[in-house]
Amino acid sequence: MKITGFLLLVAGWALVLADLALLRPAGPRGLFLLAAIAVEVLGLVLVALSHRPASPNRS
Amino acid sequence: MQTPFQLSEIQLALCLVFVLLAPLAGAGVALINAGLGRSRNAAHAMVAALCVIAIATCVCFLCGRAFQGYPGGPAHVIAIAGKPWNWLGNDAWFFRGLVSFAGSGTGIPLRDAPPVLAACFAIVCSGLAGLIPLGSGADRWRLAAICSSTALLAGITFPLFAHWCWGGGWLAQLGVNYGMGRGYLDAGGAGPIHAVGGLTALAITWIVGPRRGKYSHDGMPMAIPGHDAVVVLFGCLLAFVGWVGLNAAGALLFVGVEPGRVALIGLNTLLGAAAAALVVALITRVRFGKPDASLTANGWMSGLVAGSAGCAFLPPAAAFLVGLLAGVLVTLAVELLELRLSVDDPGGAISAHAVGGLWGVLAVGLFGRLEAGTPGQLLAQGVGLATLGGFILPLTYGLNYLLNRATPLRVSQEGEHQGMDLHELGAGAYPEFVTHTEEFMR
Repeated sequence: MKITGFLLLVAGWALVLADLALLRPAGPRGLFLLAAIAVEVLGLVLVALSHRPASPNRS
Repeated sequence: MQTPFQLSEIQLALCLVFVLLAPLAGAGVALINAGLGRSRNAAHAMVAALCVIAIATCVCFLCGRAFQGYPGGPAHVIAIAGKPWNWLGNDAWFFRGLVSFAGSGTGIPLRDAPPVLAACFAIVCSGLAGLIPLGSGADRWRLAAICSSTALLAGITFPLFAHWCWGGGWLAQLGVNYGMGRGYLDAGGAGPIHAVGGLTALAITWIVGPRRGKYSHDGMPMAIPGHDAVVVLFGCLLAFVGWVGLNAAGALLFVGVEPGRVALIGLNTLLGAAAAALVVALITRVRFGKPDASLTANGWMSGLVAGSAGCAFLPPAAAFLVGLLAGVLVTLAVELLELRLSVDDPGGAISAHAVGGLWGVLAVGLFGRLEAGTPGQLLAQGVGLATLGGFILPLTYGLNYLLNRATPLRVSQEGEHQGMDLHELGAGAYPEFVTHTEEFMR
């Protein structure tokens, strides 16, 4: 889950770069950016969940 | 826009004063980190802060400033779809060529002053970015590992992003190349300093895990209060002075604002911090019956951080609103991290610096008053936000993960039980005080 999460984070950034390189200004660029950030948020959630201790009984 | 490094004499004089004030921000953050940790780790926290600043200075001297570069300076540029992408500074290492001594005996020419000021500013900023993760890794992060991690931050992560937004890199050029407003704008470093430092803090916290005794067997967090609220709150006041210097120097050096805007920067900085601290005090008063000192301190810091990016472009009312929302966000983030995600962040660095920094970057696009005819600023800020989350976080996590594989970041169980002061330094911060026995038994 952790690796998938980090891959999604990087994939989101790659989408942003692709957006810049391939799309013309105005509407689609903003939507593409929003989609890319959504992918990153999904990745961040996965990474965060993967770091929750399975049994946080460290006391 | 005025090209950076073509500053008037008054701008240079102001810049010098503000660059000299900026280290107080680091002093404030160091005090906050020390005060929010346990008393048996207080000396360790302050020694670690000094080491971080020293390492950041050396690494900046070695290569950090060369990678960061400056607008118009030598850089590595590649072309993608016919557009230039400036991705890394290519300046000389060891500050070579920074100052011309050609006319030695006649003094250093005035034209050489801006790059020297920028180099001083780069050192201060990389040191401050390195201090931020100390708050999150407090009470369990080894000193040697802190130094190694800081070297990676000051040598790779910080200069890379700082070049992209302050050194004429591709983020700063989004306006010229892709018609996105004035390109990514960040006068005071909400992105390169605070978000980068805060995301590194998140990575460190994930890697080292929570402190022993922080979570019970059923996963419920235990309160481990900081040992000195006075030091924490004094750190907040000290940080404010440094923040004014940081924001004003950054705005003069990298955005080229006119000297008249400096007063607005000071006003906005104070308004943001005040709004954030008050709203956090109010929220904790309503929810818990009394205002919480450490959360209020975190609120103050988040207000300072969130106001950094747009300090020179926000009207005062917008700066107040940005601070207000930063206070709400930091309260939510602290709860989310501690209760839901089991992230143990004693200094609140992730909530104040990462969350506050990301919000500050976005706020420039939402509320910034820029020149007419610069649409698309929100898109440029969004690209910066996505870069911080999608590139900087994986990068800093990967670097620290590899470092942890080479040498453990976390102190041994025995060392954590004994306290970092005794275990790593051989002496406590308060040798004349009797420490409460119960604290050692946790």
